[in-house]
Amino acid sequence: MGLLSKKDAKLITDPLADNNPVTIQVLGICSALAITAELEASIVMAIAVLFVLALGNVVISLMRNIIPSKIRIIVQLIVVATLVIIVDLVLKAFAYELSKTLSVFVGLIITNCIIMGRFEAFALANTPGKAFLDGIGNAAGYGLILVIVGFFRELLGSGTLLGMQVLGDPIEKTGVYAFGYENNGFMLLAPMALITLGIIIWVQRSRNEALIEDH
Amino acid sequence: MEKRTDKNSYTIIFATVMVIIVGSMLAFLATYLKPQIDENKRLEKQQNILYALGINDNDEKSVVFISTKDVAEKFDKYIVKQIIIQGDKVTEDDNAYLLDLKKEHAQAKDKGHQRRLPLFIGEKDGEKFYIIPMLGKGLWDAVWGYVALDKNLVVEGIFFDHKGETPGLGANINQRFFMDDFKGEHILDGTTFKGITVAKGNADPKNERKEDFKVDAIAGATITGDGLTAMIKKDLRMYMPYLQTLNK
Repeated sequence: MGLLSKKDAKLITDPLADNNPVTIQVLGICSALAITAELEASIVMAIAVLFVLALGNVVISLMRNIIPSKIRIIVQLIVVATLVIIVDLVLKAFAYELSKTLSVFVGLIITNCIIMGRFEAFALANTPGKAFLDGIGNAAGYGLILVIVGFFRELLGSGTLLGMQVLGDPIEKTGVYAFGYENNGFMLLAPMALITLGIIIWVQRSRNEALIEDH
Repeated sequence: MEKRTDKNSYTIIFATVMVIIVGSMLAFLATYLKPQIDENKRLEKQQNILYALGINDNDEKSVVFISTKDVAEKFDKYIVKQIIIQGDKVTEDDNAYLLDLKKEHAQAKDKGHQRRLPLFIGEKDGEKFYIIPMLGKGLWDAVWGYVALDKNLVVEGIFFDHKGETPGLGANINQRFFMDDFKGEHILDGTTFKGITVAKGNADPKNERKEDFKVDAIAGATITGDGLTAMIKKDLRMYMPYLQTLNK
């Protein structure tokens, strides 16, 4: 990355792999389980979090020297809630269709632990520029896992990707269904999201044993 | 040394100022945008009602409403009459579609209050259709819909929507594959009201049996489906006394 110094580039690339907020820090699990039954929902959620996390990180970073330490968590919560409400209101007024698609995600964004986690761990101690990059990086790392889980759940659970029937028609018995293949409805339920996530964590740690914690 | 920002007085002043700034900012924004948001909601209701009647821009697979530009004109054209039924009294009201069903639900619990039931009468290809609004509970939050019935009380079209059902599961009640299943379903067995049940495992995925009072449920969305069943049965039943007098 020519534009960024090595250190800054690391802020973005680290959370994508070796310091992934979902698989390594195990944050943001609730939303990762709840909305990954479809690839499209995963992508929408990833974009929404990217927006809120990058902006929120900058706001918190700008305020870092004036926030009283005793109530900093409450201040962080207010910042994320305010941002989300503003976005929600503006969308409802000017992009009503989009706001309907996003409605469920709005509440989930406020409760996403990654956002509070990054505010607390990074934005409070760094300059706005760095905080912005950190926000982008962590949201991308979160989004990456969401998209992977969403991809497998939608493919194996519904036989579709982004709503398109990629494996053939299960009712007309075309494509792979002609050979007796059936969709696994269990993939659509939350437990399989957890198992899929577990498999990703397993694969990642067996490829890089430095990530395994000592006990 | 204690930092300036650690003092109690500073903390209290900071909190107060922040609450005032954030509170007034949000209040201002909400008030400023409210007329626009209300207008969007009004147009959406018109789109939904027309959708149930089968007036939409659907392509092969997806749900496409009449565009917000044309919806007011089409609404006036196809919805010929709106009435409010209250007991035996029937009054015409051109804004019946704006009636707040949630409020009516709540008021119905008071003794002596006769519930007001809005009914929209549409006309398409020279035939009359009766469109009934419904409101119920899904898994997480409200679900609602509109059902258009022809003069024999067979479903002409249906529309569902929800506030916060799970994406990929319950949220799919507003998709074509689910809503289209209701078309042609009967709700009466002779003259007894049966409603339509969102049923698991009725082994009729193409929904070829139209008189079994059942449509296929969505996998992983049992409680949303049960909510719809309850909503359809409860809300349609209230209209039966009125609708059944029409055919006599």
